[in-house]
Amino acid sequence: MTGHIRDRRSTAEPSLRIIDGRVIDPANGVDAVTDVFVRDGRIAGVGQPPEDFRAVRTIDASGRLVIPGVVDAWARLREPGETHKANIASETRAAVTAGVTRLACPPDTRPVIDSTAVIKLVQERAEAAALARVHPIGALTRELEGSQLSPVAALREAGCIALGQAGRPVTDTRVLRYAMEYAASQDMRIVLQPSDPWLAEGCAHEGPVASRLGLPAIPAAAETTALAHTLALVEATGVRVHFTNLSAGRSVEMIERARDRGLPVSASVSAHQLFLTEMDIDAFDADCHVLPPLRSERDRNLLRQGVADGIIEGIQSDHQPHEADAKLAPFPATEPGIAGLETLLPLTLKLADEGVLDLATAVAAITCGPARTLGLEAGTLTTGASADLCIVDPDAYWTFEREHMHSRGRNTPFHGWSFEHRVSHTFIDGQLVFEHAPGDP
Amino acid sequence: MAVKFVRPKRVRLARDNWNIQLDEQGRLRHLVDVQGLPPQLITQILDTAESFVSVTDRSIKKVPLLRGRTVFNLFFEPSTRTRTTFELAEKRLSADVMNLNVATSATTKGESLLDTLRNLEAMQADLFVVRHADSGAAHFIASQVAPHISVVNAGDGRYAHPTQALLDLFTIRHFKQDFTRLRVAIVGDVLHSRVARSQIHALNSVNTGEVRVVAPPTLLPAAVERMGVHVYPDLESGIRDADVIIMLRLQKERMRGALLPSEGEYFQRFGLTPERLALARPDAIVMHPGPVNRGVEIASAVADGPQSVILDQVSFGIAVRMAVLSMCLNRGESQ
Repeated sequence: MTGHIRDRRSTAEPSLRIIDGRVIDPANGVDAVTDVFVRDGRIAGVGQPPEDFRAVRTIDASGRLVIPGVVDAWARLREPGETHKANIASETRAAVTAGVTRLACPPDTRPVIDSTAVIKLVQERAEAAALARVHPIGALTRELEGSQLSPVAALREAGCIALGQAGRPVTDTRVLRYAMEYAASQDMRIVLQPSDPWLAEGCAHEGPVASRLGLPAIPAAAETTALAHTLALVEATGVRVHFTNLSAGRSVEMIERARDRGLPVSASVSAHQLFLTEMDIDAFDADCHVLPPLRSERDRNLLRQGVADGIIEGIQSDHQPHEADAKLAPFPATEPGIAGLETLLPLTLKLADEGVLDLATAVAAITCGPARTLGLEAGTLTTGASADLCIVDPDAYWTFEREHMHSRGRNTPFHGWSFEHRVSHTFIDGQLVFEHAPGDP
Repeated sequence: MAVKFVRPKRVRLARDNWNIQLDEQGRLRHLVDVQGLPPQLITQILDTAESFVSVTDRSIKKVPLLRGRTVFNLFFEPSTRTRTTFELAEKRLSADVMNLNVATSATTKGESLLDTLRNLEAMQADLFVVRHADSGAAHFIASQVAPHISVVNAGDGRYAHPTQALLDLFTIRHFKQDFTRLRVAIVGDVLHSRVARSQIHALNSVNTGEVRVVAPPTLLPAAVERMGVHVYPDLESGIRDADVIIMLRLQKERMRGALLPSEGEYFQRFGLTPERLALARPDAIVMHPGPVNRGVEIASAVADGPQSVILDQVSFGIAVRMAVLSMCLNRGESQ
């Protein structure tokens, strides 16, 4: 057991002062060693305390970073329907140990998130767990089958923040166009993972490694053709589309051009795409079986540059916890996905250690960046905002180990990786929900 | 100021190690692919096979090397020729042989691959010969079996068919001796071919002069040249001055996709006819892993002609498989 986890229902201190930390709040342009004041679950001020503020508790954050709570824009919780893999309670618990205070879950649960009943179930389970907040993304089409529109207005009213297909295709272009038009009329944004269903039949990047291993290959064009096709429809319908889980370097340039033309599009990438490449699947490592597949080093570098340039606004976990059996098969027969929730923050801040990003950009990519692309008011330390924040030890120097993961899924290719940054405290609504105990693994 | 540690290199785990095929003494434990086999071990396999060729020529074609050992032929995908030659090899080594066509039994009842393996391990198996439709299946099985069990890959997906590649090496060595001066052309559907992938590794391991692949682009994997081959887009230039021509089987189902316009057009452009064979060296040999599609990739006049060594490949295949099986199972004893 690592540290102490308490749910949000436990009694909060009415006021809290976090002193002497390096406060990084990219949305407000703050990067300074200063104090953060919290009262009644909200940020009461940064730097200057509000009038008549009396801290009941003071936490010394000297030598540490104080950042907004991490917003993970794409994490599967496996509930309802696949609770043999994980559940909302287990994954929201794992989330807070890694600084994640909010996450958005894609609609490919069973049943699919295409009705108010399923949304209510997800919300109630998340509320019962009372740890990280959960924002469901609704299905764009019923059953994600790509033929009939889901009840968009009802989903919005029930609390869906966006609509998506969770990687499943809408092969009928006419359906996609109507869905986009309708969503636009309801002021709903759409989250799509661009992938041409025919070109994407395979399990590895079309390149030298898949060629050598004889694995059915997915060319980068599987992503870029779908992206071009969808961008043309964005232009025609005016709907806001967020492209998630980009994998091809060429996509960055296409997003940049679309944004220059004023299209309402944004993009994000999963953390593993910024570190791993096709080389990592060598020797048939099923933990590196992901979709879209790990691509070339050049793609990885272009994606990194895209984040540094602000074209890719968010980095997400693309969390997909699996039971052990899901990865115990010949590579093409294994289920794709990485349990990435707990490596999101360490990997993203490692990009700062490696000089790929400055620290503020790295923090923005997991806080205000994804919040903005999903239309959430979160990921900032703005006065009056919910006091969701975390304290990070920048010199923790620790080794990530499968055995110590909190997620039910232990499917990670990052076992044995060393990180410098580690979350020491996580607060939601001003309540300390996680505290890393010194000496624990 | 806290002390900053130097970040160590990423930890590489045991699974990254291709030497799953070798035991601690560097002897052959599993045969998953030719890739990763030291060249001297390849030579040892070929030399051992040489000694078995004489056994197969005797009237009593049996040696007691694997007496009391149990070999399971696990075929998750149908096969006639490979299974038969493996079975013959096993029987000539006096092993107890069990054939399981898993494609039609356990897995259709929902049993997982691992459960099937655990059950067979419990029956005191010594060696699994495995064929499977998924690339990497043999590697996966070899990584999962109990320590005393060996695994020989009889073809997995598009990845590898190492005994085929070794018998091809044996055949080439038999007819041509020195690999370093040879030009070898592999013609046809390299994309879907586990045979071609293993042949390329095998030929490069023994320093073959030039390995060529000859195919239309739709039948070549991406960046195939990175595997150490020269790409020829047409048959005429591809087999010019070649010493060895290996024709690959073109699966009929490839014709139904969009990879090729028709069988007729394929034969016209890539079919090996006597006229085209004349472009190769006069003493060139023609090989084919079988089964042959006459009139699709090769004309009957070539398949049955004087330069064809297709049937020699089949005979040598038994000796090569005997060598691999006996080396995997008799590691403790002298060969």
